[in-house]
Amino acid sequence: MPVNTENMIKVFGRPKSMTDVRSTYCPGCHHGILTRIIAQTIDELGIADRTVTIAPVGCAVFAYLWYKCDAVQASHGRASAVATGIKRANPKLIVLSYQGDGDFASIGTAESIHAANRGENITVIFVNNQVYGMTGGEMAPTTLIGQRTTTTPAGRDPGYFGYPIRFSELIATLDAPVYVTRQALYDTRRIMDAEKAIKKAFTYQVEGKGYSLVEVLSTCPTNWHMSPVDANRHVTEVVTKAFPLGDMVDRG
Amino acid sequence: MEERKLMRGNEVIAEAAIRAGCQCYFAYPITPQAELLEHMAKNMPRLGRTFVQAESELGAINMVYGAAAAGVRAMTSSSSPGISLKQEGISYIAGANLPAVIVNMMRGGPGLGDIAPAQGDYFQATKGGGHGDYHMIVLAPSTVPEAGELTMLAFDLADKYRTPVMILADGMLGQMMEPVALPDPIDPASLPKKEWALTGAKGRDPNIILSFDLDPEVLKRMNLELQRKYHDIEQNELRYEEYQTDDADIVIAAYGTVARIAKTVVRMARADGIKLGLFRPITLWPFPYDKLRTVADRVDTILTVEMSAGQMWEDVRLAVAERAHTPFYGEMGGVVTTPNKILSEVKKYAG
Amino acid sequence: MERSVIIAGFGGQGVILAGKILAQAGMEHGLEVTWLPSYGPEMRGGTANCTVVLSDAPVGSPIVDAPTDLIAMNLPSLDKFEPIVLPDGTIVANKSLIDRPVQRSDVHAHFVDVHPLAEQAGSARAINMVALGAYVKATGIVPIDVVKRAMADMLTAGGKEKFIAMNEKALDAGYNAI
Ligand SMILES: Cc1ncc(C[n+]2csc(CCOP(=O)(O)OP(=O)(O)O)c2C)c(N)n1
Repeated sequence: MPVNTENMIKVFGRPKSMTDVRSTYCPGCHHGILTRIIAQTIDELGIADRTVTIAPVGCAVFAYLWYKCDAVQASHGRASAVATGIKRANPKLIVLSYQGDGDFASIGTAESIHAANRGENITVIFVNNQVYGMTGGEMAPTTLIGQRTTTTPAGRDPGYFGYPIRFSELIATLDAPVYVTRQALYDTRRIMDAEKAIKKAFTYQVEGKGYSLVEVLSTCPTNWHMSPVDANRHVTEVVTKAFPLGDMVDRG
Repeated sequence: MEERKLMRGNEVIAEAAIRAGCQCYFAYPITPQAELLEHMAKNMPRLGRTFVQAESELGAINMVYGAAAAGVRAMTSSSSPGISLKQEGISYIAGANLPAVIVNMMRGGPGLGDIAPAQGDYFQATKGGGHGDYHMIVLAPSTVPEAGELTMLAFDLADKYRTPVMILADGMLGQMMEPVALPDPIDPASLPKKEWALTGAKGRDPNIILSFDLDPEVLKRMNLELQRKYHDIEQNELRYEEYQTDDADIVIAAYGTVARIAKTVVRMARADGIKLGLFRPITLWPFPYDKLRTVADRVDTILTVEMSAGQMWEDVRLAVAERAHTPFYGEMGGVVTTPNKILSEVKKYAG
Repeated sequence: MERSVIIAGFGGQGVILAGKILAQAGMEHGLEVTWLPSYGPEMRGGTANCTVVLSDAPVGSPIVDAPTDLIAMNLPSLDKFEPIVLPDGTIVANKSLIDRPVQRSDVHAHFVDVHPLAEQAGSARAINMVALGAYVKATGIVPIDVVKRAMADMLTAGGKEKFIAMNEKALDAGYNAI
């Protein structure tokens, strides 16, 4: 039976700055939610025509596809340096550096810390899924103790492989960053918190306040070999123990 | 043009970059090009431009990548070990069709090597030190004034072809002083607009800058575009100098400071009755193969002289294609060659 | 006309600056010049030297195997470079620190007691200017007034105007010592 839409009110829709390109993320992965939150924030702040996204190497390599904004793809780990170059070349631009945990907290360690330490007026979204998603689920710097990955088949032994790195906490020790926070997306409340945090981070950039870092815990059902529901529960019950949620720095 | 000033090579390159409208400069300190950073640190902020001392050469080249993507003239500089670290970024810049200028003041290698002048990075610069099928334009100044001219040219060529351009010089050129009259500065605002740059998608579709596509057919097309560009550059941008080659029996092939040392050798040899000439490639990529081949048709011997184990020598032999003898003389490890050393080599092949 | 001079001594004797001033003077006199500092560990510890080439045609090699001239501010420099000076060349040597004669008979040697002359001019640090003044007189390569102007230009550029008068005296002292 055809539905009559005449008297319906539209209460939910695609953010204006988001394209309708088909997602490349796996079912149950939180990148999709995050992508939408970012687009919504860009809409709310009215900055689509001056935002530049930096796509990393990793599952988010196609991040330039999601927004109706200018974008550039950076080499593995260097997104924060590329962001520095763009922002310094044209401070009017709003620069989003979108990076995975391997990208941001392993191969890009130097670039990440030093962009933060210079207080670059940029927004970094750092997606922590505790694995290298794109290359097939190897150990990430954030992989939990005991977690099995393709390169820690017996589980991560900290005596051998080191501990999961709390990179945002490291960044939070620096003097320059204005906002460092860890968020999650496993339920509605967390999503609403994350929306607020991301909006705050972009607002600080718009206001010229400086560097902000929003770490977002994400599932990776594919490489965790879990159903989306189990993966969500895993974030809730296990991952947040190793990576507690909340603001670490807010100097805005 | 201003009146002549006595300036160091490093300083001249920095000042020429400023006058070429370089808006952003990013680098990590290394000998022997420290004066370049110092000049930029002193002058860029004064002009309202960007100088950032990066956390590493990797950081610096990727900042250049970002600034170039944002549409401004951007440069980085380093010396051999630091240039090795920049290779990743150079490959990305080439692949993403971005204009950028990279300066390499070569020192002795491999490894940490030393801080004395050398020419051991010719392969890396001209044959693609990074991954993938790419080239960059490589300009080799032989005097301090020419370092200034070629730096200005480097920015123009980078913009014209949307490609990385390297100034390849050795530490000697960076340290020595010569009188230089620099041209008047260009106002960056007067440069042609870059429609492709990331300036904010206002009233137009988004601009996307990429060096990748996971579809091999698409990536192949991107590669073919690059190759077409390289072909154009080979057609239009060859630069070289011939010095007293017309009646020569022996010609030295050399670039950079070695070439200017060889000029003195040409005069010394001619005073001794040896008809010696000099062929000096100014663009190392593209390499002037055809021009050198026509010289080879007229002479008995083309002696390649480098401060390396014989890197440009390979291109010389490719060009000469056995039309003349192609001996080699080189110094390595930062030991500089001198007029007398070269002259005694020349004498081995004279008469 | 092409002259090349190696200026050599201990670090701290001002040989690098003396070379720069000579190069600057050559340029201001309308000549082509190159100035090349010595390299490497030499720069940090013991000895330092630089090579200046002055020519009425574009300079080829900035490196010389055999200079026309030498300014030797200490014995090791004289030992090292005396043998390579071209016949008929000029050697200016620091009499205050060198206690042997020049062994070559085919060069023009001038010993100058730079230390007392520099002190009389106002500072022991001006020994480089005394030696340079003497060299300019001995070779006539550029007029002394041009050297003084070049020195003043360089010191002004470095914000050291207050040393100009003293260095002028030192240049004159060297000039008049020959
Ligand atoms: C220099 C370099 N090394 C390695 C790779 C291969 N690589 C591609 S993605 C990736 C891991 C990315 O992991 P992460 O940043 O956690 O992002 P995710 O894929 O999990 O989203 C690696 C190692 C590369 N592209 N470049």
